[in-house]
Amino acid sequence: MLDHIWLIPALPLAGFLLILLFGRRLGEPKAGYLAAAACGSAFVVTALVWLDMLGKDAEERTKYLVMFKWIPVGSLNIDAAILADPLSITMALFITGIGTLIHLYAIGYMHGDPKFSKFFLYLNLFAFSMLMLVMGENLLVTFLGWEGVGACSYFLISFWHTRDSAATAGKKAFVTNRVGDWGVMMAMFLAFSAVGTLSYSGINHAAENGGISTVTATAIALMLFIGACGKSAQLPLYIWLPDAMEGPTPVSALIHAATMVTSGVFLMTRMGPVLHASYEWAPTIIATIGAATALFAATIAVAQTDIKKVLAYSTVSQLGFMFLAIGSGAYVAAIFHMVTHAFFKALLFLGSGSVIHGMHHEQDMRRMGALRKLMPITAGTFIIGWLAIAGVPPFAGFFSKDEILLYVFANNRALYVVGMVTALLTAYYMTRQVIMVFFGEAKWKDAHEEHGAHGDFVPHESPKIMLFPLVVLAFLSITGGLLQLPFSKDLHFLEHWLEPVVHHSEANIKGTWAYDNKYLLLLAAIVVAAIGIAMSVAVYAKGKAKPIEPKVLADGWYYDRAISGFMGGPGRKAFEGVAMFDATVVDGAVIGTAKGVGGISSVLRKVQSGFVRTYAAIIGIGAIILLAWFILRGVI
Amino acid sequence: MIAALIAEIKPNSTWYLVLAALLFAIGTLGVMVRRNALVLFMCIELMLNAVNLSFVALAKEMDDINGQAVVFFVLVVAAAEVVIGLGIVVAIMRKRVSASVDDLAELKG
Repeated sequence: MLDHIWLIPALPLAGFLLILLFGRRLGEPKAGYLAAAACGSAFVVTALVWLDMLGKDAEERTKYLVMFKWIPVGSLNIDAAILADPLSITMALFITGIGTLIHLYAIGYMHGDPKFSKFFLYLNLFAFSMLMLVMGENLLVTFLGWEGVGACSYFLISFWHTRDSAATAGKKAFVTNRVGDWGVMMAMFLAFSAVGTLSYSGINHAAENGGISTVTATAIALMLFIGACGKSAQLPLYIWLPDAMEGPTPVSALIHAATMVTSGVFLMTRMGPVLHASYEWAPTIIATIGAATALFAATIAVAQTDIKKVLAYSTVSQLGFMFLAIGSGAYVAAIFHMVTHAFFKALLFLGSGSVIHGMHHEQDMRRMGALRKLMPITAGTFIIGWLAIAGVPPFAGFFSKDEILLYVFANNRALYVVGMVTALLTAYYMTRQVIMVFFGEAKWKDAHEEHGAHGDFVPHESPKIMLFPLVVLAFLSITGGLLQLPFSKDLHFLEHWLEPVVHHSEANIKGTWAYDNKYLLLLAAIVVAAIGIAMSVAVYAKGKAKPIEPKVLADGWYYDRAISGFMGGPGRKAFEGVAMFDATVVDGAVIGTAKGVGGISSVLRKVQSGFVRTYAAIIGIGAIILLAWFILRGVI
Repeated sequence: MIAALIAEIKPNSTWYLVLAALLFAIGTLGVMVRRNALVLFMCIELMLNAVNLSFVALAKEMDDINGQAVVFFVLVVAAAEVVIGLGIVVAIMRKRVSASVDDLAELKG
């Protein structure tokens, strides 16, 4: 099966091409089923590859497949090659698996949309790009996928482009991501000039054997991290992700929660040896930015009223956790959290989509409430997702978050405190959301007049095709923790599976206080989650205290406004200055050169009199002068 | 007497070189003063043959066969040049009345 790994990205590509050609003719819902089948068959192939790998020894689980020579130019030799190893197959498994579920869900969610087939066209293109990103054998193939998912993200955020806010949000995502892409490109240039290759095996091999100097390794790692900040929405480039919620909810679940935004974490894990070879402060920077983002986004999520915005800031916060893990050397924990987060965050987004669908496109949580009786399955699955993200044992999020916090504690106790505060806030705002949406009083009764035209407005449960993915994801959110249980070395399944590829650093923290007392840390995590939930229940369900939702948090610390203020004011002036410099100095030099040449030649062209005999005479005179010169020099 | 004098004269290669120089000068002058394209051609041929003559003379003088070999190349080039050149001249003559090169000054600066 390992010889057929090319099928994994090829199947969504085939789906994309088929819908491109016949999408309109297929129409609704056939185009959706075709897209889901393309993604689903990719999942089946991935699963078969995975089973095949399980039957082999750890060393034989890596398979390179060169499809064709892409750029053979001198010493720059880049193959269009894909790589199947435990890391890329882990990524591919949850991308295609969750992708298929979300394709199915979208068939119900996008029902009646005039651009139904186009939506699935983009979804399949996204699946293809994302698979190229994780399965690329070198940085350039990954970058191809990286740009591909960026483009799909742009298309899908502004899918309802007639809405002004959607068009703007798409543009914002695109422009912000360009800043990150610059970092990835710089990292590629640096890696090529230092090692002479872009393949992961080449770069990582050089980094492990001291082939890259510490300075260069640090520069590559930090440049990659800038790229990761853009794609994975970290400070200071996170601003596009909350706005990306303008896209249809399946898009938010697939691209802006489960898969694309984790590609930064994936890239840092893939290039882990380079990060190891850099100065010690480089991982600390990554961990600090991750922790800062986690806390920052969590405080904003506390005061949001839009059901999807809460989840968006929560995603930013959880991605911060993953970078905190990367910076603490806990790559396995980062991947573990990425997988469980994909399960429960996709579940929460799809659940919120189901609520929005049932509420006829109402997203304001202040107009919801008491929906659990009208939407029992959505409510049940959403509650499972809530327990998973809040860190309640034995749900998936508890184990992955705790694994990260264990490593953070061993490395840096200040960051551990930040992580714990974030965990508390996470439990708090998620409980707030669940209470506002599913419990309490039904506030949609007096709100429906503003919608008009619905008559007796009663929220309704979503169709079965939307509920099926919710149930599957809820099951995964419950059981996801089984991938890596902390209790015994034999239960670290994910770690053993990823061992040949990913640097696992349990040895680094062995013997520290944290490692010896990890059950105490587990207990602390449970207590913190319980406090968060209890506080939220006291405030929002029992009404024992007034909710603290200051405007500064609702407006995201005015970060967005500060950036637009800066860019609109001094930033714009600065760039106008640069444009002026370009127009006068740079263009002036170019135009001046051209004008000078023109002036000289208008004088010189007078020589061309048009009389052949004059030319002949000049040639003759020239010959005589040359002859005279040679004779006088004594050459002849 | 005159016959004896003539018999005394032993032409050596210097004579041929002088003749070649004269022919070349005549050719050059012709190129410079004449306007008719055909006459220009003839003058150029004259210059080429003057060079040929000097090649042969020097080959004899220096006892080197290469000089005579070069002449064949010059002859071939000259023949090819005439074919193309005359073709151009004929083409021009079809479009215009005169064959004067001074009228062909479209590329004047």
